[in-house]
Amino acid sequence: MRKFVGSGALALVVLASTALSAMAQDTLKIGYVDPLSGGGAAAGQIGMNQLNYIAEAVNAKGGVLGKQVEIIPYDNKLDPQVSLVQIQKAVDQGVRIVIQGNGSSVAAAVSDFVTKFNSRNPGKEVVHINHAAIDPSLTNDKCSYWHFAFDANVNIKVEAMTNFMKANEAIKKVYLINQDYSFGHSVAEAAAAKLSGEGSSIEVVGKEFVPLQKVTDFSPYIAKIRASGADSVFTANWGNDLQLLIKAAGDAGLDINWYTFYAGLAGTPTAIKQAGLEDKVFQITEGVNNLDYMPMQEEVKAYMAKYPDAPIYYPRLFNAMGMVFDAIEEAGSDDPVKFVPKLEGMKYMNFIDGKEGFMRADDHQYFQTMYISGLGALGPNQPFEEENTGWGWKVAATIPVDDTIVSTTCEMERP
Amino acid sequence: MLEIVFISTLNGVLYGMLLFLMASGLTVIFSMMGVLNFAHASFYMLGAFFGFEISRHVGFWPGLVIAPVLVGLIGMAVERYGLRQVHRHGHVAELLFTFGLTFIIQEVVQMVWGKLAVDYKVPPALDFPAFTLFATEYPAFKIFMLAISIAIFAVLLLIVKRTRVGLVVQAALSHPDMVGMLGHNVGRVFMLVFGVGAGLAAVAGVIAGPALVTQANMAAALGPILFVIVVVGGLGSLSGAFVASLLIGLIQTFAVAVNVSLADILGDTQMAETLSVWFSDIWSVTVAQIAPILPYLLLVLILIFRPRGLMGNRES
Repeated sequence: MRKFVGSGALALVVLASTALSAMAQDTLKIGYVDPLSGGGAAAGQIGMNQLNYIAEAVNAKGGVLGKQVEIIPYDNKLDPQVSLVQIQKAVDQGVRIVIQGNGSSVAAAVSDFVTKFNSRNPGKEVVHINHAAIDPSLTNDKCSYWHFAFDANVNIKVEAMTNFMKANEAIKKVYLINQDYSFGHSVAEAAAAKLSGEGSSIEVVGKEFVPLQKVTDFSPYIAKIRASGADSVFTANWGNDLQLLIKAAGDAGLDINWYTFYAGLAGTPTAIKQAGLEDKVFQITEGVNNLDYMPMQEEVKAYMAKYPDAPIYYPRLFNAMGMVFDAIEEAGSDDPVKFVPKLEGMKYMNFIDGKEGFMRADDHQYFQTMYISGLGALGPNQPFEEENTGWGWKVAATIPVDDTIVSTTCEMERP
Repeated sequence: MLEIVFISTLNGVLYGMLLFLMASGLTVIFSMMGVLNFAHASFYMLGAFFGFEISRHVGFWPGLVIAPVLVGLIGMAVERYGLRQVHRHGHVAELLFTFGLTFIIQEVVQMVWGKLAVDYKVPPALDFPAFTLFATEYPAFKIFMLAISIAIFAVLLLIVKRTRVGLVVQAALSHPDMVGMLGHNVGRVFMLVFGVGAGLAAVAGVIAGPALVTQANMAAALGPILFVIVVVGGLGSLSGAFVASLLIGLIQTFAVAVNVSLADILGDTQMAETLSVWFSDIWSVTVAQIAPILPYLLLVLILIFRPRGLMGNRES
């Protein structure tokens, strides 16, 4: 009995001391709500690694406003409903900055939830940092004051990619294959309109939609693409749907060019290498690690010493975090009500190339220099390979920030 | 037109045989033990990762032998120390047990190999186009896959139908007590069957790994379609599974080639206008768009109209 009382007292002391230290150590809590299990786990994990790296770096320098940054993961299983539950949990734990990105349907639900939550809970406002969802409605008809998009949206990417394709006179026939949900449809519509628009000699020879992450055998689709006589494919497919598609093309010996959004996403460079499609697969992103910008390259090397499996895939997470931290410092407060106005219109030196981008106040869309790059054997001055394939991204075109600006229909309600 | 028919048939057969390769182990376990093994796709995934790990060190061919043996041993352990204890609580308990197992295996695979895809390559000896048909190349590896599937089908069929082992195994399912009385160790028979089933899944994994993408969610992606094959083929029928695999491979492949929607079929008639309002959601959806869902439609129809499956010889 005495032993029991003793250990009980000890437990109480331990409990009290941890509670005290938790109170004393006032941290800046950032909730990361993305898939950490299931089909999207790979992408979610890479984002998590990068956020942890960023937090460690800023903490080593003394944190933000003297507070240590703490990244708290919440697994949303790529499901809108689960995300809302997780955000509620995050809010209950004191999180007021939510980072989410994978899946436009998830982002739409999160943005909507956050906007409603903020109007009902004054004094507890939450801000939604979107690092990957690019459905244009998020910054157009469904825009929100509490939502910030750090990746270029579909309209920006399609515009840049189709201009790049139109400039290439070898491209005559383009096949569109996209995933059968709102995001894939918005890409296909925008691309078809741009490619076969006025003054273009390009013909769209096919417009295919595949069920999201349900197809195992893409060889019938490859047969269709071949039968259409296409010399190029434009696709915003991601994950398995892109990897299997490209592998099936390699198997069938289909020798055409691929213009994509997500060829850099986890696992896809490996599939491209296995398919043997050297310098035939292009992607549009806000930059690649092989850009000739030394401060970034040093940072990527330091990152890879910690996480050797995959190089940095989300440079925009560095931009997003850097800008949020700057805004907090500028406002002198980590209360979203106070620092969100500082984010609006903020100019920022991009992590990946050192060039200036800006957060447009009208729709909270970040504009930055965009790059089209192709995957192939590394040349001189290209230090970074992808996924131990020996191949890396090399820049094929640079789109200056002024050429990426598209109009918006956003009519933002400001508090 | 001829080109599309030809190529679709070939693609359908190749895909169907890959499906059979995966479903054969499941149907062996299902027909002989009456256990619908939810973890089957997980054994398939284990086979792929083991095959990858072994081929990285000693080459693809040893992997093709060693990985299935290892997974078979794991399967036997699962039967002996897990499933057998659960068995006495009935089928639901068995289902839930194997269902839980899928999550455990998935977590373990993620812990060991991570969440990213691994670089599992086609062996150099088979990395060349076997033949070209209408400008489409067919890789030798796919033909190899086809050959293995047919060989496995033949061997399994022979064992079940023509050998004493097959006889004992079949008898052990329907009359375990009688078989036990005759001096056979029923427990061991079940353990071996389960091991063989898991091993077959692993063979499929070792072979499909390089052809598809080897990553921690590959089991979840393929699991459901395997059950469709086993149910459509019919309980207790290996030939049924073979036919069902081919059927599903062909249906999916041909469906992709068909770009027809309701709107195209009914045209611009008066009736079409009324109907298009009613069916506005599916009006312009093409057959190609729903191709991967067709097998599940087939599953539903089979369950309604012919519950014992195409070639099943038992009711339940």
